[in-house]
Amino acid sequence: MQAQQTTVDANEVAKFEAMAAEWWDPNGKFKPLHMLNPCRLEYITSQIAGEFGLDRSVAKPFEGLRLLDIGCGGGLLSEPMARLGATVVGADAAERNLPVARIHAEQSGLEIDYRHTTAEAMAAAGEQFDVVLNMEVVEHVADPQAYLDACQQLLKPGGLMICSTINRNAKSFAMAIVGAEYVMRWLPKGTHEWNKFITPDELCALISKAGLTPVDRTGFVFNPITWGWSLSSRDLSVNYVTASTKPS
Amino acid sequence: MTQTSDILIVGGGLAGPSLALALAQQGLTVTIIDALPAETRADGGFDGRSYALSLASHRLLRALGLWGDLADKAQPMLEIKVTDGRAGEGPAPFWMHFDHAEIEEGPMGYMVEDRHLRPVLLAAMAAEPNITQISGRAATDQAVDSTGVTVTLDNGDTLRTRLLVGADGRRSGVQARAGIKRSGWDYNQTALVCAIEHELAHNGIAHQFFMPPGPLAILPLKGNVSSIVWSERTDQAAAINALDDASYIEVLRPRFGDFLGEIRLAGKRFTYPLNITIANSFVAERVALIGDAAHGVHPIAGQGLNAGLKDVGALAEVLIDAQRRGEDIASPFVLDRYQEWRRFDATSMALAMDAFNKLFSNDNPLLRIGRDLGMGVVNALPRLRRTFIREAAGLTGDVPRLLRGERL
Repeated sequence: MQAQQTTVDANEVAKFEAMAAEWWDPNGKFKPLHMLNPCRLEYITSQIAGEFGLDRSVAKPFEGLRLLDIGCGGGLLSEPMARLGATVVGADAAERNLPVARIHAEQSGLEIDYRHTTAEAMAAAGEQFDVVLNMEVVEHVADPQAYLDACQQLLKPGGLMICSTINRNAKSFAMAIVGAEYVMRWLPKGTHEWNKFITPDELCALISKAGLTPVDRTGFVFNPITWGWSLSSRDLSVNYVTASTKPS
Repeated sequence: MTQTSDILIVGGGLAGPSLALALAQQGLTVTIIDALPAETRADGGFDGRSYALSLASHRLLRALGLWGDLADKAQPMLEIKVTDGRAGEGPAPFWMHFDHAEIEEGPMGYMVEDRHLRPVLLAAMAAEPNITQISGRAATDQAVDSTGVTVTLDNGDTLRTRLLVGADGRRSGVQARAGIKRSGWDYNQTALVCAIEHELAHNGIAHQFFMPPGPLAILPLKGNVSSIVWSERTDQAAAINALDDASYIEVLRPRFGDFLGEIRLAGKRFTYPLNITIANSFVAERVALIGDAAHGVHPIAGQGLNAGLKDVGALAEVLIDAQRRGEDIASPFVLDRYQEWRRFDATSMALAMDAFNKLFSNDNPLLRIGRDLGMGVVNALPRLRRTFIREAAGLTGDVPRLLRGERL
């Protein structure tokens, strides 16, 4: 299927295609994302459970929820959501990610509907979900407002969108670009463009303008001493995440 | 026919069943394989050891719902006295004294006999619907693939699991089959273990005497009974163990004097060879090691079981958190969290016990003066003393939720 009418920037897609095969290598290029993943999942699962009043101690708490993972990559978030019982559609504009994600899901014994498409194309087709995961995508799109408008259309009334990105300030430039791309070589140089980063206030304004209600904002904080990530309600200076709902 | 479970534990000691209960209570299905027949395990005379459970271990057992059946069989440890001694002589002028009254958490720990702890674990496992027990069977083969592990038993049965846990002791087959090597050495020391009845009350005080051939611990059990762990050079230990009961007591008596009055043997005598043995990695693909399979230590400070229960608390927490987040519980990302949490702590503890043993199992007069002064300094400084007490109680560092007495 051809990704049509889109806000995806062609150069951005090519960069990720080059990295696709490395998605599931524990010591490969995506190691930083794997390190961040438990922290992201902790936030996502507790927000979903809270919003829909679910009991997290049962084996498949998300059974009955239809969930879309935009920019699913190798399936780092789609697989956990499917394991928790959600019916998952994973969408990625980079075609080469999809075979990697499909093969891995099959190896893991999980059923996930991976599609080579975009948020805009799915919105145009009238698809709707209880949950839209929109993680580390908005800083890579050409037109954030048009993209978030599409995300809003993809939510059922009462639905939940989780959206994470990177703040724009001197510290985030130092940490996310100089630190992660040049010093630590965690990410290939050129992964991020600092002028595409968005402050929490700007993001919440865009989300509100799209017709959603922001309900939470939380920081992902890297601690260089423990070499791990944690959630913070105060420190949103570099990586952060927001939750918003669609009025029913 | 292949039976499938989330977790398969090899080893029916104390760490394996504790982990099985921690995971099964949170909804995971667990199969546990014990090479020994159930009747052997249930026999009260099978294992003569007693355990000094740290406060943290006590909290873990309480969080698993096991303490109710143990409480009236456990002796609170209220004080620990450490003395540098030599057979036939009084204690050296310098010594260390740790009193639970100096920390607010309660007793420093509890003494529990193996013959009391084991039936409680076995009964709790039998009552837990998520646990399948297979006893009297050994695992002979394990094959890892991308979705799980197939384990073959000595009768040809195969079992399938997402994660294989080796809780099979210092000569762990799970570890060897996973291609993990071990490092370590023998001490040429053997622990002589017995229980004694004594005339005078022990008042909940544990004593540790450091003697040139090896440490002697007198640990309070219920009533006027104490557990004796007595390390000697292996040739000496064999000679002592060959003596009849009366002569055995005659050898023991001068080693700790008459502060408990008349003493006599209560029950059987046991011997355990001492060594240190640490797995070079605590994890491999879809495999994790806990307890002595990961780190077998010198029992000088009674930290072996406590360290094993720390593994249980850490691994259970890592796995249950991963499960609730939807992660593959056996992925390398998840298992590495367990290894990072435990390996440094367990290895440094093992090496500290090793250094302790080398420092104290020694008759060099200079070392003797040095360690006596060291103990005098620790004893004179309340803050340092409290640090030792909290360390011994397992209250320091990044403590797993179960060891803080919390539910997972």
